[in-house]
Amino acid sequence: MPESSASTTAPLRRTFYTLGLFALLSATFYAVFSAVDYQWNWAGAWKYRQQFGIGWLTTLGISLVAMVVSVVLGFVLMLGRRAPWEPLRMLCSGVVELVRGSPLLVQLLIGHYIIAKAVNISEPVVTGIILLGIFEGAYLAEIFRGAVESISASQLEAARAVGFSKVQTYRFVIIPQALRRALPGTTGQLVSLIKDSSLLSVIGIEELVQKVKIMGTASYTPLEGYLPLAIAYLIVTLPLSYLARRLEGRFAYET
Amino acid sequence: MRLEASVVTKHYGAHAALDGASFSTGDAARVIALLGPSGGGKSTLLRVLGSLLVPDSGGIRIDSRTLPHDEAGALIERRANGFVFQGYNLFPHLTALQNITLPLREVHGMADAQATQRALELLHRLGLEGHEHKRPSQLSGGQQQRAAIARALAPKPRLLLLDEPTSALDPVMTGEVLDVIRELAEAGQSIILATHEISFAKKVADWVVFLAAGKVAESAPAADFFTQPQTQLAQQYLEGLSKYR
Repeated sequence: MPESSASTTAPLRRTFYTLGLFALLSATFYAVFSAVDYQWNWAGAWKYRQQFGIGWLTTLGISLVAMVVSVVLGFVLMLGRRAPWEPLRMLCSGVVELVRGSPLLVQLLIGHYIIAKAVNISEPVVTGIILLGIFEGAYLAEIFRGAVESISASQLEAARAVGFSKVQTYRFVIIPQALRRALPGTTGQLVSLIKDSSLLSVIGIEELVQKVKIMGTASYTPLEGYLPLAIAYLIVTLPLSYLARRLEGRFAYET
Repeated sequence: MRLEASVVTKHYGAHAALDGASFSTGDAARVIALLGPSGGGKSTLLRVLGSLLVPDSGGIRIDSRTLPHDEAGALIERRANGFVFQGYNLFPHLTALQNITLPLREVHGMADAQATQRALELLHRLGLEGHEHKRPSQLSGGQQQRAAIARALAPKPRLLLLDEPTSALDPVMTGEVLDVIRELAEAGQSIILATHEISFAKKVADWVVFLAAGKVAESAPAADFFTQPQTQLAQQYLEGLSKYR
C-alpha cells in the first residue's frame, strides 16, 4: 500500500519541487537584474535575432566537427600512451601534458597567428576546429586511458584464454567494457568542448559569443544578448547530459 | 597423452614462480592433477602447459610436439585449448550464450547459427537451460563456472585446463561443478586440473604432479601417489588436507 501510493505521488512531488525551484530562481534573477541600474532595451536586441541564430548554428557546427576530431584524437593518444614502443609512448604523453598544461586561449593565439600562418591554413574555422579538437582530445585521452586501465587483469587473461588476438581483445572485451566507464567523463568533456568553443571568438570566428558582442555594439545593447546566450548554450548541453545518462542506463550491468 | 617438462622456469619480476620444474607423465595420462601448497607454482605450470604463458626457459613436449616459445605460435597453440579459472572469467557485458558464441565465431570462424546451436547444446548439457540470456551477474557462482566450462568446451579443445575452478565456491556449488568435471573426465576429455580438492582428484585423476616452491617434487600415477607418496612434503600435504574430511 505505501509503495503504490509512493510510486504515484513521486512524479507529482517532483513536478511540484521543480516549479517551486524555478519560481525561486526567477525571483532571484529578477531581484538581481532590477538592482542593476540599467536601461534594458530588448527591442534593440530582438532586431539581431537572425544573426544570433547564425552564430548559434556556427557554434553547433564547429562543436560537432571538433567533437569528432577530439574523440578520434583522444582514442589515438590513449593507444599511443599504451604502445609497446617507448618513443611513441613518450611522444603521446608529452602531447597530452603540454596541451592540458597550457590555457586554450594561448594555444588558440599561437596556433592561429603563428602555426596556421606557417602551414598556410587561411580559414580560421579550420584552425579553430583543429585546435579545439586537440585541446579536448588530450583530456579525452586521459579519460579513455583511465577506463581502459580499469579493466581487470582477469578479464584480459580470459580474453587471451579464449584465443583472442590483441586487436580482438580491444574490440570485444576492453572497448565495450571501457565505454561504459568512460561515458560520464566523456560527456562532461564534450559539454566543456561546446562551452570552450566560445573562446574561438579571439581568432575572429563569428560564433555565438562573437555574434552577441557585435550585436551589442551595433544596437547599443551591451548586456541584453548575454541572457539568450546562456540559454542557447543550455539548449544544447542539457540534452547532451540527459542523452548520456540514458546511454549509461542502457550499458549498465553488474560486474 | 604424454606430457614432458624439462627445467621450466618462469619469473614474475624477481620472484621465480617456476624454478626449474621437470617431470614426465606416462604415455596414457589423460586426467592430470596438479597438486601442492598455494604459491608452489601450480597455476603458473598450468598456464605454461596450456600455452597461455611462454616460459622464460626450458621446454614442454606434449606427445611428440614441442610447444612454441613465441607469442604468435603460442596464440595458435592455445586456441586449441580450453581454460577455466577460479572465477570472474566470463565477460560481464555479454550473456551466457554470447560468452560462448563470440569466441566460436571470431576465433574459430564458425557461422552464427552453428555457433548458437553448439552453445545451446552445451548450456543444456551442463544444466543451464533457462539461463542462456542472463548476464554473469545474474547467475550464481556455480552457474557461472558451469557457463565458463561450457565456453571452454565449445570449440572441442584438445586439452581442458582447469585452475582451481571451485576455490571461490561454497560446498554445494563446488559439488555441482565437480560433477560436471567428473562427467567430462569419464567421457574421455583430456584434462589438466590444478586443485586443492584432494578427494576429487583421487576419484578422477590418473596422474599426479606435485609441486612445491616452483619445482616438481613428485610425478607419479595417481594410484601410487595417493597410497604411497614418496616425498615427505607430499605426505605432509596429503595428511594436512585430509585431516578434517
